[in-house]
Order: sequence, then C-alpha cells, then structure tokens
Amino acid sequence: MALTFRPDESADNADVVDGAMSDRAMAADADETGDEAMDELGLVERELEAKQSDDEVAGELAGLDALDRLELAKGALTLRVWKSLWPKLAAIALVLLAWQAVTWSHWRPDYVLPGPRVVLPQLWHELGTGRTWTAIGSTMRRAVTGFAMAIVIGLLIGVAVARSKVLRSAVGSLITGLQTMPSVVWYPLAVVLFKLSEGAIIFVVVIGAAPSIANGVINGIDHIPPLLTRAGRVLGARGLQAYRHVILPAALPSFLAGLKQAWAFAWRSLMAGELIGGIAAISIGARLNNERDLNDTPGLLSWMIIVLIIGVAVDSLVFGVAERTIRRRRGLGI
Amino acid sequence: MTATVSAAVRTTTADRVEGSSVDIAVELRGLSKVYRSGRNQVQALDRIDLGFPRHSFTCVVGASGCGKSTLLSIIAGLDQPTAGELSVNGTVGLMFQESALFPWLTAEQNIELPMKLRRVPKAERRTRVQQLLQLVRLEGFGSKRPHELSGGMRQRVALARALAQNADVLLMDEPFGALDAMTRDILHHELERIWQQTGATIIFVTHNVREAVRLGDRIVLLSSRPGRVVDNFDVHFARPRRIESPEVGSLSIAVTSRLRQEVARHGTDVPT
Repeated sequence: MALTFRPDESADNADVVDGAMSDRAMAADADETGDEAMDELGLVERELEAKQSDDEVAGELAGLDALDRLELAKGALTLRVWKSLWPKLAAIALVLLAWQAVTWSHWRPDYVLPGPRVVLPQLWHELGTGRTWTAIGSTMRRAVTGFAMAIVIGLLIGVAVARSKVLRSAVGSLITGLQTMPSVVWYPLAVVLFKLSEGAIIFVVVIGAAPSIANGVINGIDHIPPLLTRAGRVLGARGLQAYRHVILPAALPSFLAGLKQAWAFAWRSLMAGELIGGIAAISIGARLNNERDLNDTPGLLSWMIIVLIIGVAVDSLVFGVAERTIRRRRGLGI
Repeated sequence: MTATVSAAVRTTTADRVEGSSVDIAVELRGLSKVYRSGRNQVQALDRIDLGFPRHSFTCVVGASGCGKSTLLSIIAGLDQPTAGELSVNGTVGLMFQESALFPWLTAEQNIELPMKLRRVPKAERRTRVQQLLQLVRLEGFGSKRPHELSGGMRQRVALARALAQNADVLLMDEPFGALDAMTRDILHHELERIWQQTGATIIFVTHNVREAVRLGDRIVLLSSRPGRVVDNFDVHFARPRRIESPEVGSLSIAVTSRLRQEVARHGTDVPT
C-alpha cells in the first residue's frame, strides 16, 4: 500500500497556527485541561505566540545543517604528497648509506658484496633489457593467475564457513593452521601432482594465499554490527540479496585486510616455488638462480631489489590505495 | 497488504476485521515474550493487548527492562513472540537510536536500497528518492556519505529510507535519543509534519516522557519485568506542540509520577 503525500493538509495546519490568535483557535485550546490555570498566569497567549510555522522550522533546520557542516580545508595536493613521501625517501637513503658503510668496511671483498654504486647501475642496465621484462612478465602472470584463483576459492570457503556452524567447527581452525604452514612445503607434492609445470607453482601460490583470504572474509562477516544486519532485514534484504547488499559490503574492509596479507603470502610462495624451480621457463626466480650460478653478485642483488620493489609496490599501490579509499569513504579515519 | 503472525494462534485478517469496526493498523492480543538462557528465564513481555489505529501516533514509555525494544522487534518481524497474536496491516519500517545507515552507500543510495530490493524500476526509484530527500529537507545532500552528515541529518536520511519502503507502520526505537536538545526539538516538529503528510501509523518508543507528550496522540506506559501495559494517557493538546509548554509539562509530571510509582514497586523485589 502506497503512501500518499498531502502537503496541503500540513499547510492548512500551519495557517491555523499562524492565525493562532483567532477566536477559533483560542476557543479550541481553552478546552484543554490545565489551560485555565495557565490562562491565569497569562501563559496561554505567549505559548500560542511561541508556536512555529513549518517554514520557520525549515529555516532553523537549514541553519543547524549548515553549522554541522564545518569542513576542514585540505592542504594542497603537492604538499600532502611530499608529506607522505619524504619519510620514505629518507628511509631509503639511510638503508643505502648503511649498505655503503658495510662495503667501505671491507667486511667482504667487493666482488662478493658490491656496494650500491655498483649494483644500482647494474639494476638500471637490467631494466633496459627485454629479457628482464620477459622474466618479470611471466612471474607476474603466475602471481595474478594464482592470486585470482585464491580470491575465488578463499571467498567461497570464507562465506561457507562463516555461514555454517558445523563447517566452522570442522575446518575453522584448519584454515588458520594452513595459514601458518609455509606453503612451499606443498611444492614437492605439487610437482608430483602437476609435474614440473606452471600448475605446480600456481598451486603453491593458491594454497599460500587462500587461507588468509578466507580468514579475512570470516572475520569480516563475524564483526558486522548486528544493527546493520537487522536494518537490512527490515528493509527486505533476504538470502542472496542480503549477501550482495549488506553482508559482503559490510565485510569489505576486513576482506581487504585479508587480501593484503594474502598478497604477502602469495608473493613469498611464488618466489620460493620459482627458486626451487626446475621449471625451464624464464622468470624472476630462474634469473636469481642463474645469477648465483654465474657468481654475479651485482646481478643477484639487482634481482633481489626487483623482488622487493614489486612486493612493496603491489602492496601499497593496489591494496594500500584500495584500503585507504574504503576507510575514507566510510569515515573510518586512516 | 496484510501479514498476520502469531506464535500460538494464526488468524487471518478477514477473521479479525469482522470483530472490530475501527481501522486498526497493528494489533497485539495476549502477546508474551520469554527469553531463556540456560535455567534463567526473563519474561520480557507479559500478555500485552494493544491496538494501534491507522494514522495514529502512539508513544510507548517505560523504565529500562520494560521490553520496549522487544515489542518493536516483534512487530517488525525480527523476533518471534512466545505466545499470543500479532496482526500487522501493511509494510513495517523500523528506525533505531543510531541511524543504522549503510556506511558504504551515499544518502541517496541508502534511501534507494529498499526500493532496489523490491525491484522498483530505476526511473521510478530516482524520482522517489528526490521526493523523499525533499520531504526530509535534505535536497543537495544526497551524494554525501553517512559519516559526512550530522546525527540529526543521519536520522532524517534513516526516516526517508524507512518511508522508501512505503512503510504504512513506522516503528521508532528512541530515534532522537542520541541527539542534542535543539536538534531534537526541531526534528519533533519535522516528524510531526511528515507524519501528517504521509498518514503513516507511528509507534514511537522513548524513555523521555516530555518527548512522548510532545509527540503522541496516546501514551502507553509499560511496567518493567515483566513488561505489561499499566496505563494509557490520551493527549488532546493541539498541534504543533512545544516541548517547553506548560500543558506538555503538566501532563509530563503526571506520566512521570505514574512511571516512578511503577519503578518504586521493583525496590521491594530486591532479594534479602
């Protein structure tokens, strides 16, 4: 049954109030209990004058709304970027300095532990060759494929476990157990199952990342404020619709935290898998092995820096930005 | 639209309408709710008989533990009664003390959601959202997210969202309890206006007696543990009322002393 708006009626009411001094209104009000006593005090008249029209109230309301919305001006973009950037740059400079100090101390001969002045030009050179990018490309392809599969699997398991009490007591602690297990332990089994193929490496990535994702989902669903689920039910969100419109969006921040952690696990598992290797295809892990075989420490260190940069870049540029955006939108602060 | 829910007995609306000639939106008959946890049991509601006529504005007042919120949850269908009958004519909307807006949606999207869930066509949804924003005087704030709005604005969005369900019955659980006094006074006026414009039936739970006298056609006084209806006050003062007015004040004194009498009764319950 639909509601009908009757704006005229309220306007009429307002008119009655405005004309409150008319006899009609006075007579109507004088019937009320207690008014006689108040009339003696001269209160009725002032009380009636004090009644407000809808328009007056609308004005006050607009005033309150304006007062409530004192927005803090944001600083200039460049200034904000610089503020968040300089501590990072300073940290990098410090690390390079420490590294250089170790080289200067001649703790190890230069060809065993070269300093940044040798490694950084080597890194720059490596980044200029096509072979490097082929290696990075094939490793990233594995990372993305494995991570995508881990998201699907982790999400399904997470929702299933959060939903069912039986499943939770059955596999809830198993998921955390899997999370603590170094996933590279699975690699020998993966090689038996999938031969020396892409499948084996991706298997290790999935099994490294999926438990964190599942735990993020479970945690997120467990910590939804009951008020929101109740509100969803009253508004008519049932079954799948409740998941789509209420439960999953509410669990999103925790899900993202799970993804962030899962990425760290996935990246480690992938590097371990590639290093143990045995797979002919060119990749970051294969290149690391290669440099070690050639005793090329500047090359080895360049590739380690590449691994570090990719790991940090994905974490902060993909998951960090997503997390900050969501927290800002929901007013959760940073 | 008619929904009849009951734990003990199920009745159809047809049966019910024969009995009463007044147009009743919500009716409770002998409604009880017992919470059990282990050996303990708490009688939250005890044989409540209440009828809420269509378009009426009823305030339910009581001390803590009187089962006010339980009552609303049962009417909203979020909770089941242990015994008794409940019939509700029409759709029910519920507003909480906190706005319960979804923080990931804008004000507009929050208001739109109940219509999306009922698969209302997009064009219709858009017009309706604008109408509702206008009704609660928040035009221009539609794209704001809940955390960017003040407490009073959030409650107005929550009210618009409840109305977007085409709620014939609006249940309000201390909706203004967390607001400052000035905002609350203005929202009393706004709620009254919106109630008159939409013709909804309002059941408004509060522990603030003055608020109840300011707003209600009728005040229902519930006792605590077990929750029973102990008194009824009809309020005939002309609208719009002011919360500071002497007439509201004097009736508030009467209701409050009745409420205190009820609370004092529990002082003798204390086990020695």
